[in-house]
Formats: sequence, C-alpha cells, structure tokens
Amino acid sequence: MINDKLRNRGTVITIIMAVVVVIYILRLFSLQIVETKYKRFADSNAFLNKTIYPPRGLIYDRNDSLLVYNKPAYDITFINREIHGLDTATFCSDLNITLDAFKEKMKEVKDRDKNPGYSSFTPQVFMTQLDIRDIANIQQSMYKYPGFYIQTRTLREYRYNAGAHVLGSIGEVSPKMIEKDDYYKRGDFAGRDGIEYTYEKQLRGEKGVEIILRDARGRLKGRYENGDKDIAPKAGKNLKLTLDIQIQLLAEQLLAGKVGSVVAIEPKTGEILALVSNPTFNPSLLVGRERSKNYNLLVNDPTKPLMNRATQAQYSPGSTFKPFQALFGLQLGGITEGTRFACNGPSSWPIKCTHHHGSPVSLLNAIEQSCNPYFWNTFRSILEKDGYGDKNVNFKNNYDKWREAVMAFGFGQKFEDTDIYQQSRGNIPSEKFYDKYFGKTGWRANTIRSLSIGQGEVLVTPLQLANGLAAIANRGYYITPHLNKSDSMLTHKHKTSIDAKYFAIVDEGMWRVNEFGTGRAYKIPGVSSCGKTGTVQNNRGKDHALYVGYAPRENPKIAIAVVVENSGFGSTWAAPIASLLMEQYILHKIERIELLNRISTSRTNANVTDY
Amino acid sequence: MSRTISMKYALDWTTVGIYLFLVFFGWLNIYGASYDFDQSSIFDFSQRAGKQFIWILTGFGLAGAILLIDSRLYSFFSYLFYVAILLLLIVTIFVAADVKGSRSWLEIGPVSFQPAELAKTATALALAKFMSSYNYKLKTWKDLIPLGVIVFIPFALIILQQETGSALVFLAFMLMFYREGMKGLVLLLVVLAVVLFVVAIGFSQTFIQVDRGTVGMVMAMFIILLIQFCYAFFFNRHRKEALNLALGAGFIAVASYIVNIWVKVNYDYIAMGTVILSTVYWIIIEMFNRYKKYFLLAVISFGSLLFCFSADYIFNEVLEPHQQVRIKVLLNMDEDLAGAGYNVNQSKIAIGSGGFLGKGFLNGTQTKLKYVPEQDTDFIFCTVGEEWGFVGSSAVLLLYLWLLFRIVQIAERQRDAFNRIYGYCVASIFFFHLAINVGMVLGIMPVIGIPLPFLSYGGSSLWSFTILLFILLRLDAARRTGS
Repeated sequence: MINDKLRNRGTVITIIMAVVVVIYILRLFSLQIVETKYKRFADSNAFLNKTIYPPRGLIYDRNDSLLVYNKPAYDITFINREIHGLDTATFCSDLNITLDAFKEKMKEVKDRDKNPGYSSFTPQVFMTQLDIRDIANIQQSMYKYPGFYIQTRTLREYRYNAGAHVLGSIGEVSPKMIEKDDYYKRGDFAGRDGIEYTYEKQLRGEKGVEIILRDARGRLKGRYENGDKDIAPKAGKNLKLTLDIQIQLLAEQLLAGKVGSVVAIEPKTGEILALVSNPTFNPSLLVGRERSKNYNLLVNDPTKPLMNRATQAQYSPGSTFKPFQALFGLQLGGITEGTRFACNGPSSWPIKCTHHHGSPVSLLNAIEQSCNPYFWNTFRSILEKDGYGDKNVNFKNNYDKWREAVMAFGFGQKFEDTDIYQQSRGNIPSEKFYDKYFGKTGWRANTIRSLSIGQGEVLVTPLQLANGLAAIANRGYYITPHLNKSDSMLTHKHKTSIDAKYFAIVDEGMWRVNEFGTGRAYKIPGVSSCGKTGTVQNNRGKDHALYVGYAPRENPKIAIAVVVENSGFGSTWAAPIASLLMEQYILHKIERIELLNRISTSRTNANVTDY
Repeated sequence: MSRTISMKYALDWTTVGIYLFLVFFGWLNIYGASYDFDQSSIFDFSQRAGKQFIWILTGFGLAGAILLIDSRLYSFFSYLFYVAILLLLIVTIFVAADVKGSRSWLEIGPVSFQPAELAKTATALALAKFMSSYNYKLKTWKDLIPLGVIVFIPFALIILQQETGSALVFLAFMLMFYREGMKGLVLLLVVLAVVLFVVAIGFSQTFIQVDRGTVGMVMAMFIILLIQFCYAFFFNRHRKEALNLALGAGFIAVASYIVNIWVKVNYDYIAMGTVILSTVYWIIIEMFNRYKKYFLLAVISFGSLLFCFSADYIFNEVLEPHQQVRIKVLLNMDEDLAGAGYNVNQSKIAIGSGGFLGKGFLNGTQTKLKYVPEQDTDFIFCTVGEEWGFVGSSAVLLLYLWLLFRIVQIAERQRDAFNRIYGYCVASIFFFHLAINVGMVLGIMPVIGIPLPFLSYGGSSLWSFTILLFILLRLDAARRTGS
C-alpha cells in the first residue's frame, strides 16, 4: 500500500472516535443516573398537579341534627408563565370586575413584599372564594384564558345561626401553620378556632391530586395514565357534638340583648349541652371573602363578641360558691350537719347578711337564705380548726387543704384533657400569693374573709361553675366537660375529696333554694330542681347576676351555670334563664311562654349588637 | 457471473445491518417524538413517521441503484458531480424560499430537498479524486492549499445559504487530511484553539477583582505556560530550563499579588506580559544552546496569546449582544433558561428524566408534550434518551461507534487510494455529525443544527447519508467483484 507508514493514523482516528463516544456515555450516565433533579424538573414541567380538596367533615349535634356543612366555592388561580394572548377586557367582563381592579389585583399578587411566595412558575391565587354565580360566565370560556385555572374548594355553611364560639371557623393557613405542618400549602384553609381548630385533623380529610399532562405551551393534554396515578381526596370525618342545638338556640335567644353566658352540662357524662356566650355573631360572617372585613368589625366591637365568655371570662362566683363552701366545711371538719351560727342580719360583722331570716341559722337555712355570716363562720372554722400555730403553720395547713378541696372541683385551673378551644384558669389564690401580698404571717382568716362568700380573689369561669354543679349532682365526681360526643371521655373521671354523704345535705339545701328561697319564683313545672343564685358586686356598674343549678333533683340530667353581667339580682336575671333551659331540656317543651318572651326581649346592655 | 449475484457475496453486510437497524430505530423514535394523544398510525402518511417511512423505502431504492452502478463511474464523474452541485448551490441561494432564515431548500413539486446535503458527498468524491491522482502527495503546508479550495467553495456557498451548521460539517475533512499525511500538529493546534477560546471567553465575565483582570485571560495564559513547561520538562527533559520558567512565572504572580495591595494591578496584562517574557526566554535558550526545539514553541505561544487577546476583544467589543448570547449559552456563562438556553435545558431534562431503563416506547412525557423543540429532527436523541434510558441511548452510541469502526476498517482495506480517501471522508462526516449532534443534545457542544445520521427525520439527510454510505459499500464491493 502506498500510505503504509500513515496506517497507524487510522488507529489514532478510531481512538479519537472511541474517546468521544465514551465521554458521551459518561455524560449520559451523569444526566440519567447520577443527577435526580432532571426527573423532578420533568415532572414539574409536564405534570400539572391539581389539588383536589376533600369535603370537610360535617358537624352534627347530639341528636344528629346537622349543624355545619359545605358549599362549593371557587378560586381563580393563574400561572404567570403560562399566560399568553390574554384578552384582558373579555376576561374582566367574564369575571365581572373592572380593568382597574384586574390591574390592581395582578400588581398585588406580583408584589413580593406582600406575597413573598410569588413565582411565575407556580399557581397564584388571583381571586378567592367565589360563588358559583361569580364564575358562571368565565367557566364556559376558560379555554380562552390559558394560564388561568379554576380551583374548587369547599366553604362552611351553617344551618343555624348559633354556636359561633363553639364551632369556630376556618380561614387561610398562616405561614406559621405551613411551617409546622407540611400538609398545608399556601392558600389552604384550616380550622382557626373552636371545634374546627381542635378537630382540624379529623375534619380536614386528605387532599387528593389530579395529575394533568401539560405541554410546553401550558395547554392541558388530558389526564396522566388515565388518572391511574391520581390520588383521590379522602373526605373529612364527620363529627358529632355533645351540643343540643335546641338548648343552644334557646339559650342564645334568652341571652339576647344581654352580656353573659350559659353553660349546660350533662352531669353523668360531662357532655356540654350548651355553651353560649353573648354577644355572639352569625357564624357565616366568618366565611368566604367577607371574612376579614367582618372579623375587623367584630374585633373592634367594645362588647367583645369574639370572646367566648363561657370559657374565658372570669367572675367571682359570689353566693353560687356557698354550696361548695358548705361541702368543704362538712368534709374538712369546720361544721357538722347540725352546726348553727348566729346571724345579726345587716349588722353582722365582719360580713353583713343581705337577707332576713331567723337566728341562729342552720346549714340548710343558710343555703336557702344565702346567709353570708354562716358561711364566713364556716370558712373561719375550717381555717382556724387547729388554731394558728407557730408562724400560722396550722392555719396555713388548713388553708391548703381547703384550696385543694376547691380545686378538686375543677376550679382554679384549665381543663387539660378537653377539646374546648380556649379557657381561662380562674383563680383560687395560693398560700404563696397571700404570703407575698400580706407577709408570711400577715394574713389570717379575717384577712381573706371575702373568699367565704365567693368574693374577693376567687375567680371562676362559667364552664368551671357548671362543671362544679355537675360534680355536686354526681355526688362527688365530674367527667371533664367536652364537646365531642364520644364514650371514650367517660374515663376522664375526676373525684372530689368530698364524701358522698355530705352531698345529700347540700342537695337538700339547694332544693330548698328553688322551692322556698331565691329561686322559688322560677320553678320548673312538675320537676324538682336544685339551685343557687348569686349576685356579685363588681367595679363595672350593676351587679352580675349568677345562677347555678341542676335538675331533676332525683336523677340530674342537666347541670347549668348562667351569668348575666351587670344586670342586677341573680334571682331576677339568671335564675329564669336557667329554669327555662332546664324545662326545655327535660320536658322538651316550654309552658311558661310569657316568661320566655319577657326574658328573650329584655335588654340589659344597650351596646349589644345583633350580628 | 451476474453482478447481482456477486454483489450478494461482495457487499459488507455488517454495515448494511447496522444501517438498517439505525434507520428502523430512527423511524420508531420519530413516531414516538411526534406521538400525540390523538395519535394516528405509524403509517399515516400525513404524519412525520409515515413520511419518514416513504423516505426510508425510497432510500432503499436509492441504495439499490447505487449498488448497480459501475464503481468506476464514481471516480470518473466525481469532478463533474462536484461542479454540478456547486452550480446547484449557487442557484439555490437565489431561488430558495426563506425557511426559518435559511435559504437552502429547493422545492421540486411536492418534494423539497437541501443540495447542501449532497454537497458533502460531492466534495468527498472530488477530494478523493484529487488526492488519489498519482502526482499528488500531502506532505507540506502548500499541498493543503488546493484541498482547502475544494472544501472552501461549497463551505462558503452553504454559509451564504445561512446554513452554518451544514457548512461546519466540512471541517470534518481535517480528520481525513490527517490520515492522508497532514501534520498532527495542525489537529492539536485546532484543539488548543478551542480550549483557549472556551477558557478565555467562558470566564471573561468572572473577575479576580473588579477592574483588576479576569479569571479567563489569566487561566488561558496559565495554560500556555503549562504547555511550555510540560514540553520542556517531560518531552525534552530540559528540567533546569523548565524549572526556571516555573520559578519566574511564580515570582511574577506573587510579586504582582503583593504590589496589588498598594497599587492597582491588572492581572490580565501581567499574565500576558509573562507569556511574552516566556516567549523571549525560549528564543534565547534556542539561540544560546542550539537546541532547535523551542522556536516553534515560542511561535505557538505568541500566536496563542494573540488568539486569546483578539478573541476576547472581538467577543467583548465587536460582537452584537445577540451574538454574544449564543456563545454565552454554549459556554454556560448565562443560564437564560427561558430564552436561548431553553432548547438545551429542555433536552437535558428530557434525557435526564429517562433514567436507567427509560420510560418505555411512546411513554416519554417530555418529548410527547413538545417540550423539546425540533424533537424529531435535530433533537431526536432526546426521545431516545427519555424513552429508552441510559441503556438504550448508550447502545445507540455504541452502535454508531461500531459503524464508524467498520467504515474505517473498510477504508483501510482498500487497495485504491480513491476508495480509502473517500472512506475516511464518510467516516469523518458521520463522526462529525454524531459528535456535534449528540454533544449538543447532551449540553456539552454548541447548538449547531445538524441532523443525527439515519435517526433524524428528513428525506434530504436520510438520502444523502444513504448515498454517502452506499457509494462506499459499492466501491468496497468492487474490490471483490473487480468492477
């Protein structure tokens, strides 16, 4: 051959070819096997993951009456990168918004100060929570607006204008919630308060995903693998509440025009039958696009309609504390069933009596007549039973025992094992508190005498009061009050430190209250009940009217606490409300129509707005 | 013996087999790439896969015809063919309609084709004819000049048609020149030029310190000094001279770094100055020691310096911004994913998402949803990568390598210089197409729109590659049949 000496150059050429091919294969290896990001890019490129929101669980009352359900709502979202050839004028007219509103909205969404998560590649919410009527036009012509999507979701609808505080509301998740729970994405909705918050995980269900193929121009090309890879949303679980909506509605009706609260509990089970706080508002006000506007309205109302007074307001229990005081006296050895104390009426010292009755007064009469001096003496006997001792040690010892007994009824602390959204602690002052306030030996029974009649530092919530009454009705225990109707709560049983035998005496006394005493005006027809009124002085005007009670006396089905702020006597304002509610609950009807109408229409606070 | 019967024994059936496999595989992938949700049959002649099927069948007819023609005619008519094609190219410039900015398509009735594709075959034949004439030998630089002219005329005409990609294919003949005696140094210089260009331009926006020089220029100069050092230290074993160079350059680097603390120093000029000093240094060594080994090194070094300087200057001062962008994308300087970098990025995503075994035939989401532009022509390898995975795409590359080896082998076994030179032309053209096309799709070569032989959709390219290959097979068969 002519070119023999150049033959090895053929080998060089084949080596060059081989090297290039090997480099390419290595490159393929790195692209296809080492790097995983391309797979992810490809997915986000080609797949439009459309979130399918599950219907939220429905909420029923204890009698399976539907309270909360869902209605469809629509969001208009867009992916900026995919918008092209948008006919803004037609788009706006289809959505029934002005061109300026469109520009304004777009500017807002793209403003990274207001919307830090903005990206032109991901769906952004353009308008949210639209009604079916709002989107009727645009739904037909969505194909004309590439890059825009309709996202279906559900909003809450309420069958009754009642229970706003208990039920709570749902709202858009905050950045904090997204950080805490990666289930949520921006724009999702979640329970923000009340039952919706407590049972969020149960009610929300599980979001589903519909995977839609999308081409490079953003056109949707149908479902991926015929929907085999889609994840169906799981509907939220329904929730059955312990509430009786009839009682709840009636209580709200009775409290209309007043500031106050009602808590009714079934003593045997700790189930809350009604939890009412007034002023209240229509729960549907906090749904949908008007939510933030209405929220601002409510939050700025000086009567604080957003506050759940039933669990968050703290009051001195006043005379409603006396049945408890009687129990502590009997159990801790301050008094016996036969103990009598002298009462000098209004000239009693150091605490005067506001009622007129014979003297010396017996325990039963003292409860019936709400005799202040009797309970002051009882309290003093408990504390001074062993004298004061060295550095008041014996006295303080007995104070601690008394305090423990009080707290065993659920006072002075939050219920930890419950599903109630927000509570206040109340206050049963500790030994330390008085030591700090008066000095270690600076306080004696006389110093803290107000506690004997439920005034002074002792503070309770209406919920705690109702629960205390349930414990009396149960003769010595309570089940943590709760809202979810589930038998599992029966194990949350808390015993008081009072022997069962002492409850009979107090029960008798409280029956007398309703039979002959301050509650006698509002007897439930044909039902014997026990109760106690309270009229509590406070520094904001008229006295608070309080009433606690349970019925029927023989087999208590309902324990109740009623507070009407700044209205006057407990016997005038709180007792009739409780009486009507117990009547409705036990007899399922109300005979005292005139009373019902009178209470429903009386207003004690001119500032209460009906939302 | 009749010709058809003897051809059965004389034909290189291995090559034919690889050819058939690639063509068939390409057809499947064109179907996959243009597959849509309202998909029609692979034989639907209104679709690309169906059309490709027609091109394939007519290609087979063409191949058969080529095999029937007497092998001597190819050599005999090669100049005529070359001139005819040149005329066709000229005509095309004036006649052709503007398709995406290029004027390279001739329309004859319903069929349109690119004369530029045939120009490769014609030039290969003309080169083979010229270089095999018995008074020609490729020995000196001067011998390259007529070859350059033969290559340059069609190259320039195709450039005028705005088909830069097709024109660049003519650079492939360098590989054949090398085989036929061109100095290896020329090939090495081309490689060096590419490396220096990539480094100097690629890092020309990366500053060591603002206003005090770029990483690109300093690195390019460092590469030149490194070549000098290696040449002296390892190749000529002049260790003392090499170490002196290293010490000197190191001293300049450290000194300028220290001076920079007080006085503003431009590292670009320091680095270029160092290379100039080193050039002077090697010339002095050459003169005093009579080594006669360093003059060329000094010339190449200085030439490289000028090359870097002018490339940098042209890039930054002469080129328009849109021209800069193309180079920036190529050199990964600028990740403009929505703009110029879009094709390559989508192509990498499509291939990368294929994984080890791929998504399966017709299951590629990226190509199916048209994320990859030109996915059945220039970017057909994306479909292969996405649907057949690492295994499939590597196998296709190895099959090409086999084909290239086979062509080189055929070329080397020719007794006739014409046949061998033509064979190397075929190998060089296929190799260039493969290297550029697959390199582009993989994101390691510039985006130059040239098809992948046999796989890409298109009648012109399939026909021209078929002609190119089967002329070689016919010439090879003649070696055995004697005609």
